[in-house]
Amino acid sequence: MYRYIAKRVFLVIPTLFGAAVLVFALMRLIPGDICVVRLGSGGGTFDPRAVAVCHHEIGLDKPIWLQFLNFVWGFCHGDFGISMWSGKPVVTEIAARLPISLEIALLATAVAVSIAIPLGTISALKQNTWIDYVVRTIAIGGIATPSFWLGIISILVVLDVTGAVFGQPWMPPIDYVPIWKDPIRNLSMAILPAVTVGYRYAAVSMRMTRSAMLEVMREDYIRTARAKGLIDKIIINRHALKNALLPVVTLLGIEFAFLIGGLVVTEQVFNLNGIGRLFVQAVQNQDYTLTQALVMLTVTVFVLCNLAVDLLYAWLDPRIRFA
Amino acid sequence: MSITLPGNATIPAATADDHVATSHSFRHLALDFCRRQPFGAFGMAIVLVMAIAGLSAELIAPYSPTANDFAAMTEAPSWTHWLGTDQFGRDLLSRIIYGARTALIVGLTSSFVGGFSGLVLGVASAYFGGRIDMVFNRIFDVVMAFPLIIMALAVVSIFGTGVQNVIIAITIPLIPRCARVVRASALPIREVAYVDAARACGYSHARIILRHMVPNVMAPFLIMLTAFVGQAILAEASLSYLGLGVQEPVPAWGLMLQGGAEEYASTAPWIAIFPGVAIMLTVFGFSIFGDALRDALDPKLRDR
Amino acid sequence: MRSNLLAAGVGAIFACAAAVLPARAEETPQRGGILTYMIPADAPPSLDGHREGTYATIHAVAPFYSVLMRVNPENPADTTHFTCDLCTSIPTPTDDGKTYTFKIRTGVTFHDGSPLSAEDVAASWHEIIFPRPGVLSARQNWYSVVDSVDASDATTVVFKLKYATSTFLPSLADPYAFIYPNKILSKDPHWFEQHVLGSGPFKFVSYDIGQEIKGERNPNYYHKSQPYLDGFIGIFADKQAVRVDAIRAGRAAMEFRGLPPAAINDLKQSLGDKFKVQTSDWNCGNLITPNARRKPFDDARVRKALLLAVDQWHGAPALSKIADVKTVGGIVFPGSPLAATKAELEKMAGFWPDIEKSRAEARRLLKEAGQENLHFELLNRNVDQPYKYVGTWLIDQWSKIGVTATQKVVPTGPWFQLMRSGDFDVVVEANCNSVVNPVLDTQKYLPHDVFVENYGGYSDPVEADIYNKMLHETDFTKQRVLMRAYETRVVDTEAHEFPMLWWLRAVPERSYVHGWKIGPSHYINQDLADVWLDKQ
Repeated sequence: MYRYIAKRVFLVIPTLFGAAVLVFALMRLIPGDICVVRLGSGGGTFDPRAVAVCHHEIGLDKPIWLQFLNFVWGFCHGDFGISMWSGKPVVTEIAARLPISLEIALLATAVAVSIAIPLGTISALKQNTWIDYVVRTIAIGGIATPSFWLGIISILVVLDVTGAVFGQPWMPPIDYVPIWKDPIRNLSMAILPAVTVGYRYAAVSMRMTRSAMLEVMREDYIRTARAKGLIDKIIINRHALKNALLPVVTLLGIEFAFLIGGLVVTEQVFNLNGIGRLFVQAVQNQDYTLTQALVMLTVTVFVLCNLAVDLLYAWLDPRIRFA
Repeated sequence: MSITLPGNATIPAATADDHVATSHSFRHLALDFCRRQPFGAFGMAIVLVMAIAGLSAELIAPYSPTANDFAAMTEAPSWTHWLGTDQFGRDLLSRIIYGARTALIVGLTSSFVGGFSGLVLGVASAYFGGRIDMVFNRIFDVVMAFPLIIMALAVVSIFGTGVQNVIIAITIPLIPRCARVVRASALPIREVAYVDAARACGYSHARIILRHMVPNVMAPFLIMLTAFVGQAILAEASLSYLGLGVQEPVPAWGLMLQGGAEEYASTAPWIAIFPGVAIMLTVFGFSIFGDALRDALDPKLRDR
Repeated sequence: MRSNLLAAGVGAIFACAAAVLPARAEETPQRGGILTYMIPADAPPSLDGHREGTYATIHAVAPFYSVLMRVNPENPADTTHFTCDLCTSIPTPTDDGKTYTFKIRTGVTFHDGSPLSAEDVAASWHEIIFPRPGVLSARQNWYSVVDSVDASDATTVVFKLKYATSTFLPSLADPYAFIYPNKILSKDPHWFEQHVLGSGPFKFVSYDIGQEIKGERNPNYYHKSQPYLDGFIGIFADKQAVRVDAIRAGRAAMEFRGLPPAAINDLKQSLGDKFKVQTSDWNCGNLITPNARRKPFDDARVRKALLLAVDQWHGAPALSKIADVKTVGGIVFPGSPLAATKAELEKMAGFWPDIEKSRAEARRLLKEAGQENLHFELLNRNVDQPYKYVGTWLIDQWSKIGVTATQKVVPTGPWFQLMRSGDFDVVVEANCNSVVNPVLDTQKYLPHDVFVENYGGYSDPVEADIYNKMLHETDFTKQRVLMRAYETRVVDTEAHEFPMLWWLRAVPERSYVHGWKIGPSHYINQDLADVWLDKQ
């Protein structure tokens, strides 16, 4: 078991290194110069000497291999440098935007879990009845609907409905306050995006719950329990659900990892000052240091989630656990 | 001749007179599928409608999708323009029909190229095992962990926008997702004795992979392919929304949602609604079809 | 007798009416209230006006700073008369037009209480014009005509030029030219990138990165009775739909850049009379640049054909309904006295009143050049308004002479890069300037060996010569003649680059906002000192 854990943890390193190389190379392949964008995007004229000063300030005049070494060495001991666009430390930029993204992700997960598991279970138990079809339609609707479109429509519906009913159209607040300072304002900002994202999340989880439950219900031990005369409700709660939950939890874990990066479009629609939006800005501004740090953050989260899932499976699989 | 069961019950054996449906003609399979999986048949119907629209766009679209008509800007749905016009005066119905073509091209190309590359890589990874498997796995991990939108942004910034580059941007993340699943299905087959026997006989790697392993992972692969098409169409819509996808004046559903949707959502909502509905229905169709396919191919999930 | 009585009676009625009816535009400003406005950008790279070129910096921090002189906030549309902010009067140049002596007002303090003197003004301007090594001055090249700037005493600043030119004074009105305290500037010029210390109408309160910036009233402001507001909040929102929804839902009162017609109509429809709009011609216009380094665009006939195909006179009114463009004009800002009149424009290619004749000529030229079925790629910037709208319209126009074009759209960074490296066929560009400086603003059309930021890839000594004469010409009438010659050479004779539609600025405000007046640029008049709210 410990050998397996050690090996698995060790394998994380080449993945992280590969991601570092990929983001470094990809960013530098994009044609363009952050200094030119900064000085010239207003449309007015600017001085080329200013560009040279800018280059020197942010370290773009250093040789490429040195830039890469600084990046990797910095990552190894937690120093991500300063953002090329704003000159502030990358950690500050990210820390300012992490709370809202995290909050949306957690709320979306809560929405997803609270909808998906009960609905998925019912759908499995009542397979091929009208309940099943309704739930499956809702689920596929969640996967088929573009989330940004859902976001746009929902903002508009809220605006129009509140305008018609109350006379004054209402939209969620556009400035972020932390939840402990003003919970109502905070939640009213987070609820629409969380539901928009959570719907899709719920849809995927619903389907997985349904198919996992179906698989488990066919198992022999369930038939045995039925034959023994146990009530269905006890069977489900005690035996079936527990075993069905394993692939569901796996899926939730993996989808959560994708969620962080996937908030990009949602944050654009709702104008949330979060990680996804920061990501898009960083790439469009060609802010190498910030983009590199964000990619490493996303990849690390992803890798850790996968690691957790793999270790969970290893612990459950007696062949590995007792090796 | 009859068969005797314990307890002395007997079952009459089939005779030549009995009509046994042994014909596996495509028509029979299709009708059988429709009967058992009405939901899936509905999905297939949607897909077919979309395909026909895309293929015969020139014949059925009432107007040219790119002709600006400044006399008819943002007109509501009417008898002259069934779904209304957009801000340039272009007929929405025609744009949606031609958009089906773009969606099909993007969706099918990315999912097929991505899917087949993933298939080959996944099976090869399972087949060779050892170090090669480990290296491939790391590469899959890296590409999967990389956020899709960022990779698309980079591809577009380097190569520019346009149908080809959108396809590239969408295909890349699909490859490792497919490879992973295929690899998981292929691993057990690897262990089967006949693979070793085949090697002993001197068959080349390629032959064993293509002839023996690939056919056995076809079922999960085909199911994934239908899911991929839907996801590819959605990805194109998201990329177009961010301004990274297909560009004007090419008609594409995601692009139609980009500029027109938000600006005119209150004053001309049809510009935002209809392309979104088109995307939804198409992805819906592919998803249901894929689900039904899986139910049909996977014996464990069939109703007893 | 009777008519006199009648006249008196009528006069009395009018007087009573004037007293009773609500006062017109010049009402007395009310005090108090916080103005919340949207800033249509993501967070600016830094808060230092000297270094940056984006309006995000201006919209965020202009209220905290003073400048030497500026566009008249009472009439920002006036392109020829400027007013003083820190100076006492606009000087006339002495010494054959080469020396400008400014007197600085007394009694001005920075927000920390320290006094502002000519030394601070001279030091700030010195840093802008002659930046120390390692200091970034974005508009340094505007001031290449300046020989020196010094504070001759505590209230006098003297600029000495190398030669006399009418372009100097407008360039001094640059809204980015914040006056910094010399005691900090001399020690640490980078301090202002992340910190604020100015002498403007508002004091800095807080800045949430990427979210919002807050300011409060400066009670010691030197323009007496201003500012009227208690404070302001600027919220960053790149997405237009968010800004429109915010104004609609009352979360913000306005934005200062400009919204396209669809958004304006949307707000009009939902807010009715709670909403008003100010419009102005914008000192921004698109221009189309063919790459003369690439065949077949090295052939003037092909370039001219592309210009002749476009129906600007009919396209502008139609496009103005969906994009923020409006005026058909030449290379000079349409509101300036140096701009061409309609009659003068109609003589140039691309502006002929008869579009059929124009297109026939275009086809003839293409045939003569052997390029009847021309196909090329139009490079465009990934910005909706109005770049992509103009691009879509142009492609449709070119299809009318048998030319097929596809669009290659890239984000801003690669757009610059491709232009600079000459890796494009034809590109949609923009010429945007803050203060209207009609001669300097047309630098964009100069060949690359004279003006580095021209991407057309052509060389034209005749054109450069005309411009040079124009730059040194101090007589207005003669200058105008030279401008016509310059414009005709660029657009008609050589068809190097074509100006294509000037933008329209439409700024939305809730009706309780008063005092702010729109100008031709979203960089000017942003210090909010004259804004007041009519509390409901």
